Amino acid sequence: MEHAVPVVELRGITKRFPGIVANDAISLELRKGEIHALLGENGAGKSTLMSILFGLYQPDEGEILVDGKPQVIDGPGKAIELGIGMVHQHFKLVQPFTVAENIVLGIEPSKGLSINYRQANAKVKELSERYGLMVDPTVKVEEITVGMQQRVEILKTLYRGAEILIFDEPTAVLTVQEIHELMQILKRLSGEGKSIILITHKLKEIMEVSDRVTIIRRGKVVGTVNTAETNESELAEKMVGRRVSLDKPKAAAKPGEVVLELSGVTVAGTDKGKPVVDDVTFNIRAGEIVGIAGVDGNGQHELVEALTGMRPVSGGTIRLNGKEITHASVKDRIKAGLSNIPEDRQKHGLVLDFSVSENLILGSPEQDRFFKGGFLNKSEIDRHATKLIEAYDVRTPDIHNKTRSLSGGNQQKAIIAREMERDPQLLIAVQPTRGLDIGAISFVHDRLLQARAEGKAILLISYELDELHRLSDRIQVIFDGRIMGEVDPEKAQDDEVGLMMAGKMQAGKGASA
Amino acid sequence: MNKAADIFNKPSTYIPFIAILLGLLCGGIIMWIGGYDPFTAYGALWKTVFGTRYDFGETIVAITPILFTGLAVGFAFRAGIFNIGADGQYIIGMTAATIVGLKVHLPAFIHAPLALIVGTLCGALWGALVGWLKAYRGVNEVISAIMLNWIALYLSNYVLRDFLVKKGEQKTPNIDDTASLSIGWLSDFMKGARMDWGIWVGLLCVVIFYVLLWRTKQGYELRAVGHNADAAKAAGINIKASFIKTMMISGAFAGLGGVFSVLGVFHYQVVQAASAGYGFDGIAVALLGGNHPLGILLGAILFGGLTYGSSGMNFEADVPTEIVRIVIGSIIFFVASHGLIRTVIQPFFKKRKSRERKGADMNGNVG
Amino acid sequence: MGTLADLISSTLVFSVALIFAALGGVFSERSGVFNIGLEGMMTAGAFGAAIASYYMETDGGATTSSPWVGLVAGIVCGFVFALLHAYATVSLKADQTIVGVVINILAVAVTLYLVKIIFEGAGDTAQLKNVFAKWPIPLLSDIPFLGRAFFNSYPTTYIAYILVPLSSYLLFKTPFGLRLRSVGEHPGAADTVGINVTKYRYIGVLISGALAGLGGATITLTTTSNFSHSTISGQGFIAIAALIFGRWNPYGVFGAAFFFGMAQALRNFLTRFEFSQSIPTEFLYMLPYILTLIVLAGAVGKSVRGPAAAGEAYDPSKR
Repeated sequence: MEHAVPVVELRGITKRFPGIVANDAISLELRKGEIHALLGENGAGKSTLMSILFGLYQPDEGEILVDGKPQVIDGPGKAIELGIGMVHQHFKLVQPFTVAENIVLGIEPSKGLSINYRQANAKVKELSERYGLMVDPTVKVEEITVGMQQRVEILKTLYRGAEILIFDEPTAVLTVQEIHELMQILKRLSGEGKSIILITHKLKEIMEVSDRVTIIRRGKVVGTVNTAETNESELAEKMVGRRVSLDKPKAAAKPGEVVLELSGVTVAGTDKGKPVVDDVTFNIRAGEIVGIAGVDGNGQHELVEALTGMRPVSGGTIRLNGKEITHASVKDRIKAGLSNIPEDRQKHGLVLDFSVSENLILGSPEQDRFFKGGFLNKSEIDRHATKLIEAYDVRTPDIHNKTRSLSGGNQQKAIIAREMERDPQLLIAVQPTRGLDIGAISFVHDRLLQARAEGKAILLISYELDELHRLSDRIQVIFDGRIMGEVDPEKAQDDEVGLMMAGKMQAGKGASA
Repeated sequence: MNKAADIFNKPSTYIPFIAILLGLLCGGIIMWIGGYDPFTAYGALWKTVFGTRYDFGETIVAITPILFTGLAVGFAFRAGIFNIGADGQYIIGMTAATIVGLKVHLPAFIHAPLALIVGTLCGALWGALVGWLKAYRGVNEVISAIMLNWIALYLSNYVLRDFLVKKGEQKTPNIDDTASLSIGWLSDFMKGARMDWGIWVGLLCVVIFYVLLWRTKQGYELRAVGHNADAAKAAGINIKASFIKTMMISGAFAGLGGVFSVLGVFHYQVVQAASAGYGFDGIAVALLGGNHPLGILLGAILFGGLTYGSSGMNFEADVPTEIVRIVIGSIIFFVASHGLIRTVIQPFFKKRKSRERKGADMNGNVG
Repeated sequence: MGTLADLISSTLVFSVALIFAALGGVFSERSGVFNIGLEGMMTAGAFGAAIASYYMETDGGATTSSPWVGLVAGIVCGFVFALLHAYATVSLKADQTIVGVVINILAVAVTLYLVKIIFEGAGDTAQLKNVFAKWPIPLLSDIPFLGRAFFNSYPTTYIAYILVPLSSYLLFKTPFGLRLRSVGEHPGAADTVGINVTKYRYIGVLISGALAGLGGATITLTTTSNFSHSTISGQGFIAIAALIFGRWNPYGVFGAAFFFGMAQALRNFLTRFEFSQSIPTEFLYMLPYILTLIVLAGAVGKSVRGPAAAGEAYDPSKR
């Protein structure tokens, strides 16, 4: 490892936003050809720091040196000029454009006044072969897989001659297989002399592929270590600041009657004809948590929408406590005892411009209690809200404040409070701890287990395998709209689940080709 | 800071005032460029509105229709729909009231209320059409409303020409006295201004608007749809029904405007080549008033006063009446571009707590 | 056959102005900015054309070129209002719908105000003596049916024939077009590859104003020969309908505008026939609007999706 001038050096970077210091005098150096991981929890400040490096933000204090020379990076254009490229967590791809169009956007090869598509496609192909990032330049981005889209993002940076690549939480949306491929790609790029910063909170990946790790907590650097000299639990401790165990004592499952019954549920896809949920059959009993494992985009959304009534079912039946709800309205399902913690809290869970108390009665089946004779029963609504925010630790100075003013974690808690307090028969929770800090995650897990102990049936959808293992009594694995098999979390191996998530094996049927 | 200062320091309160000032300023500049004297003109405006009792009464006559259409547009906005069709709903309401006023003969205490109810209902149904097309056919409400505006115009002309107006004439005969909603004694008191129940019902509608939206279950659901239709749907609220209900209520408000125009003010209806445009003025009023019932009332007063006063400006200072629309357009422009106002006004308010800090340059100096 | 050709020819007269304005709308919305102010920009264009031509006629002396001066003036006037729209929506990030409404109010008011000042209180401009006359294109206009239908029209029609494919080429084959569309679909993506979102949105809106102004000028210079408050009454909104109908695509928009124009031309056309005497004239007037509703409600309605990022101001801090 050369100890020459670091390729990028950040000195004393400070960035403030209203009410918070996102980066507090952070110093970091990136050496040529290394893979340097940036580890921290959600909200620790890693994304902000990299956004500064990429020119999306300006630091309030501190300086940036590239190849030893101080630089002002006033925008992504400047960053690209300096050879810095960013592979974003939320892809910046124009969906209706082709792969090649996305890659050459802004520096299109031209023939006279027109875009020279032949040249563009050829260049893209050449690049993709050189770095082993296989893509088809002529396909529209909206038609390719997430893994391929990520490769397009990477190619975008390489096309512009990036020598320094920043990867922002790249594995969040990939299958186990694709993660493996990405790790290989990272090693290959680093072998070619590219310097890589890998932002992540996944300890396993850090251990597998990085050379050094810088840990950030609450905006400050906690330390920089050589990966070879540390281990996962040490990193975890540094990341969080204390010994944390999310393992909860779980009472043995005592499942009761069948609450939810899916039989051959099928949901039609788009005009292409392939169903997006394909002949799904399983049960959930009272007092148990059934988790669904699978990579985002394999039908979980649509399955949940079919269950909640937001999407029509084209085949099969759904029964709740014996009563058929396959084609029931959303309202009727709520009345029948179904509650839902949606994946996108701001889109489906809350009306942000409503007050907290107004949101806490959203969708409530208790019409008479909150609406007396067609009019809002303000005192009862307020009483209800006050009770809930206390019980579920929702931090807000006033229940009449707009819900927009709550932090993400508190918004999530508000939704959980509302849905659980309804005493549902079936609780559907999709990514319930997304974007929450460790404390809030622990709280939510407690609540879910408590609901389980109280005899509720719970369907848990999560993209975090750890979470599924910890909470579920049984795990169904979904791939391409079909249930590949069921596993027992105590006994299942990660790669067994991983293979099923990638469509490779069905439990009890042996590995297929 | 004490409460009053708090209210006046909130951007949502001081911005409309500044916008109004800036709008009047723009109007003044444009008048000056055109060779007119802004001071005489604005003076004439003021005198015209507040001059005599007749003027004051007629100003109220000018305010009433746009109060109704403003409420119509504002209500729809609150529920997430841009009702550009208030014009058509106004015309339909007016025509229906005319029909009942002319063709049906009943004692006064039934006739007038019946005409009012029929007119309002027809306006509501015309509005509901837009809602239905949006809900069940996915038709963009802006296009359908525009189409329906024209259809309403021609439809009403057809009804007038073929059933109500005598050959060769342009206006209908007067409606029966029993259908009239004018207030005779008040008109006399206001020296002949055409006073009617319109403004009073309008004020009632302001209250209804508020109560409906913020105190009832229906209103709660409509507001939820207006803010976030996805979350509303996930909560079991019927979006389609919501669109239709919203447009019905909105159309009812607009229709009421048309009703009073014929039953209260004119007592007849005229074949029109183009609409009077109250529906579009309603959009301006709603925007001025921030889609809030009280704001809409104030906006209607401002707009109506300016419009009535413009005739005085024309008479005394020779200024074309269009200047008033320029002022109004400018005011809305400044309200919409409140960012601009804020940047200009900021330096005057030193105690601003949470302000975004500009980035530091490389030497660590804050900008 | 002859009558069908005549119908097409008169349709074009009504459609061309719509085509221009709707094309303008394509550029604006493709860059991410709703432009409800097309009506106002058309009004400005019609006004500009009337005034400039009038002055050319009376003072300038040059007579055959005065309509062309008027055309250019119309473009400039539309451009000016577009500048206001762009400044408000892109730089000040004001709500695009509200600004569009304001543009409509202001354009109508300012133009009429100026007319009253210039023409001493009259509500309309003087009739122009020199407006565009129909130019049959040599050779092409002799083709049976097609010649009579398409090539025996005003110069502005021929400009439309050129602008439609030109727009399509610009939007879909050039770097400019790719970048403009990226700004309307995913401004964040465009920004991070160094494309100036503000610049492209300004360009989109300014083009829309220029084209809408051209549309308004066309009406003055081919149909009405003057400008009054009724010259532009609703065409701008129909152009918006054509824009959506035509799926934000220049050729689609041409077809949609042609459809609307035909509905209007049909009205005059049908009066040639006996049976139309028994239909009240108002129903003939209603025809284009009812037809539009039926078509929208029936077929197009469902999955019409415009540029993904249209309607929202681009906020870099939310990237």
